[in-house]
Amino acid sequence: MSTYDTVADIIAETADIDRSSVKPDSHVINDLGIDSLAFLDIAFAVDKKFGIKMPLEAWTQEVNEGKTPAENYFVLKNLCTRIDELVAAKSA
Amino acid sequence: MRLEYFEMIDHVPTFNRDGRTLVAEATVPMESPVFDGHFPGHPLVPGVLLTETMAQASGYLLLALNGQSHMPFLMGVDSARFRHFVTPGQKLSVEATFDQEGSGYAATKAKIKVDGQMVASASLRFALTAFPADMKALMQKQITRIGLGSEITT
Repeated sequence: MSTYDTVADIIAETADIDRSSVKPDSHVINDLGIDSLAFLDIAFAVDKKFGIKMPLEAWTQEVNEGKTPAENYFVLKNLCTRIDELVAAKSA
Repeated sequence: MRLEYFEMIDHVPTFNRDGRTLVAEATVPMESPVFDGHFPGHPLVPGVLLTETMAQASGYLLLALNGQSHMPFLMGVDSARFRHFVTPGQKLSVEATFDQEGSGYAATKAKIKVDGQMVASASLRFALTAFPADMKALMQKQITRIGLGSEITT
């Protein structure tokens, strides 16, 4: 199963969102209405599934300081790219 | 235990930093207003309070491991099981074990035993946040009360 399908399944199940409404271009906060606590639940499941630690606090700080656009981390297809990068870094 | 004050943990005889586990003791009081309703003439500790007991043991474990840098707030309970009645006067052994940590959260597994027999278990998740104002002093007081103070370096 692709990273995208795995993460979309986790989001749909954890946040109780209809799987068909989760799209690659979905912004997890703006489009799917996932709040910070629900996102921690998703991070827990993603971290466990992929054996990584998504640096949510660092990402949030970067966005808040204007260093990185929020879309870079919180649009689903981009989030999956970040996850793939973390998995690759782990096995490097 | 002082159930009506949500003071669930009496004492922590064992904290193993390397093994990332903690064992706490808690004695169910003979009387409590909780038992007036749960249930009249048949006093049982409610499952929700056993869950809180496991959450508090886990919270103290996380505070001990992180040196009180962040406050754990319960955000998820999975696979909670209650296998035997817990009644007044019973001595509970509450075991909390670190499971997983990430950015802004931590997870534990916890169980409660009575005379070596497991009566409850659960997987718990906590959001790790900055301490709200004044809460660190309150937690420090509780940590000292349960005998964990000397184990924690802040």
